Amino acid sequence: MIWKEILIRYGELSTKGRNKKDFINRLRANIRHTFMDIAPLAIETERDRMHIKIESEEQYEVLMKKLPTVFGIQSFSPVAVCSKDLDEMKKLALVIMEQFKGQELTFKVEVRRSDKSFPLESHEIQREIGAHVLRNNSNISVQVKKPDVELRIEVRQDAIYMMAQVIQGAGGMPVGSNGKSLLMLSGGIDSPVAGYLLMKRGVRLEAIHFFSPPYTSDNSLQKVKVLANELTKFGANIRLHVIPFTEIQVLIKDRVPSNTTMTTTRRLMMRIADKVREEIGALGIVTGESLGQVASQTLESLTAINDVTNTPILRPLIAFDKLEIIDIAEQIGTYETSIQPFEDCCTIFTPANPKTKPKVEKVNYYESFTEFDELIDRAVRNREVYKFPEENKVKDKFEGLL
Amino acid sequence: MIYLDNSATTKPHKEVLNTFIQVNESFYANPSSIHEAGVEANTLLDRARGQIADLLHTQEQFILFTAGGTESNNFAIFGVPKANTHKGKHIITTEIEHPSILEGVKSLQNEGYEVDYLKVDANGVISIEELQAKLRKDTVLVSIMHVNNEMGAVQPIEEIASIIHEKSRATFHVDAVQSFGKLPIFFNDDAGPDIISISGHKIHGLKGSGIIAFRKKMNIIPLLLGGGQERGLRSGTVAVPQAVALAKAARMAIETMDESSKKYRKWHNDLLEFLAQFGENIHLLSSNKGAAHILSFSVKDLKGEILINALQKRGIIVSTSSACSSKQKKTSHVVEALDLHSNYKKGVIRLSFGALNTDEDIIEFKKAFTDVMKELKGDKN
Repeated sequence: MIWKEILIRYGELSTKGRNKKDFINRLRANIRHTFMDIAPLAIETERDRMHIKIESEEQYEVLMKKLPTVFGIQSFSPVAVCSKDLDEMKKLALVIMEQFKGQELTFKVEVRRSDKSFPLESHEIQREIGAHVLRNNSNISVQVKKPDVELRIEVRQDAIYMMAQVIQGAGGMPVGSNGKSLLMLSGGIDSPVAGYLLMKRGVRLEAIHFFSPPYTSDNSLQKVKVLANELTKFGANIRLHVIPFTEIQVLIKDRVPSNTTMTTTRRLMMRIADKVREEIGALGIVTGESLGQVASQTLESLTAINDVTNTPILRPLIAFDKLEIIDIAEQIGTYETSIQPFEDCCTIFTPANPKTKPKVEKVNYYESFTEFDELIDRAVRNREVYKFPEENKVKDKFEGLL
Repeated sequence: MIYLDNSATTKPHKEVLNTFIQVNESFYANPSSIHEAGVEANTLLDRARGQIADLLHTQEQFILFTAGGTESNNFAIFGVPKANTHKGKHIITTEIEHPSILEGVKSLQNEGYEVDYLKVDANGVISIEELQAKLRKDTVLVSIMHVNNEMGAVQPIEEIASIIHEKSRATFHVDAVQSFGKLPIFFNDDAGPDIISISGHKIHGLKGSGIIAFRKKMNIIPLLLGGGQERGLRSGTVAVPQAVALAKAARMAIETMDESSKKYRKWHNDLLEFLAQFGENIHLLSSNKGAAHILSFSVKDLKGEILINALQKRGIIVSTSSACSSKQKKTSHVVEALDLHSNYKKGVIRLSFGALNTDEDIIEFKKAFTDVMKELKGDKN
């Protein structure tokens, strides 16, 4: 295999002057975490880029597969190495350009000559290598301004480094560089996408889910666990807090007029989430709400729900269309899981005609006859916490069968 | 008993039987059920599907479980043309396909489809030129087997695929029942098949289980209608134990393919040399260009049935050209297609090797066959 390292260009990090060092360290730690299974990785960092040494074919394959999901990476390139000898360089250039065989494309040679003692000047290298590639590839022509492919040659102290392919990274910022928030994860299409978008902005997540057995099945909880697990592939562990919610939900149905139960349910969920958020030291609460999508997501409803807390509620999907959300869910691989048809806690207790414009005063009034505080404390206390990524238990159960 | 009839069927591997029993005991729920046991069975089914998809270089959703090779072949033969009538009604296949293909296209012919049957040469191989000449704008399906079940001829699948994909819009179906696990066969964009049929019991799996696999999303009409299982393409409760057992048998077949094909080739060469000593009393239908696990030949002026009985008396199981046709009185269509001299038409027998055969089996066969020849042909040879 010719590839000896992967060169990583940082995302927005390059622009963040003072905190740059923290960001780079965070990105390095996240990469180490993501690639635990092929550890140890030799990672060298520079001001605006990072090098990962490749020692085996397996490492190369895993890196190429998973690097596009790591936030904080603008782009990356597999890099080949040869000795500082013009013939060797010519040979390697052809091997690298081999991957574009059969495509009509334009290219140029870009040289970075950090070893100034190298006998050939940059433009001489450009000329020699460029001519050699052109001679051997009739499908390639030169275009200096906007080439399809840039063959980059770096003359460093120890050797010549060469690359041509630039692979798009996930962009964004390294997860963890922007604090921690609690994601309300329902099992639907929207909330995993909301979590993903916040992770992309560098937010570390924990998730909370409201579970109402027997009205909702173990399958629906299992689905939420799978979703939490899927989000971990963007480079961080996620803890899932499962709140036993049946008792509260039944009580709400009993005590509050039916067209207000939905608003009250949301408000209590928010209060519980806020308590959990405080305990885990998170700063915000993330939801998948999108304006006007359902009765609980009108501005009036959001106002009534928001009334129970001062914590920032982050709603990254607020202005997204459903189809846009589905697009992202498909891209990040949560869509198929989300559409599995299990009852979740929202669908079962939904009244036929929920208020789309609830009034805060009225909701407060209806709720004032019931003491919810102790129930809330108990639900928070009795929550179950799961950690992801989880070793897949199902796998072990089927061991040997296949 | 020395069993040399592995192309008729194989003895299931112990490991495969164990899987079958364990899945029946522990994961017997209906994989379409929404309760926990059903979800679990479905998870296991998906794992089996994924494993087979990996072996065939396609995606999980393009693997469907069937009741065997015949169903898979019928599905391709009826399903593709009927879903593509807007493109045309022309089908190409060969003279030496399995009856599950030939009977299918015959029935389509009665419904007004046009069918061209490609001829084969003395080695049982089609001519690329003839294929090229027969391909038309309105050809919707080309079905060509990879390895012939009666004499082991191997068709050049890659070459055939690239011509079909280059010259026509036809779907290319490959009956790989006799080749899977013996020769490499998998999807490979335009350089390979679009549909592959596989049978479980030919690879030391279970009878009544098979696969039809697609390279990509297919325009195809289901054979079986009902509860809409298998993405609506194959109704009927999916037989999870069979599916998982098949995934295991397929994995074992592919993992041991290099080793076993070397073994089969050695025996094949050894037996070709051995049979040469009988001179014109023996006519070979197989050649060293064909598949290594099938060796078929004919004894002059003898009936295959008599040879089989004589060998059986000595504890050796072989068959006439194929198990399907051996109970029928007429000469097999494959033998007819090979244009054998009439002295040799009746006396065809087929040896087929499997994973459980040993060097000793081959030695025993040679001994017994020498005896049989002495008994039936006297000292004239």
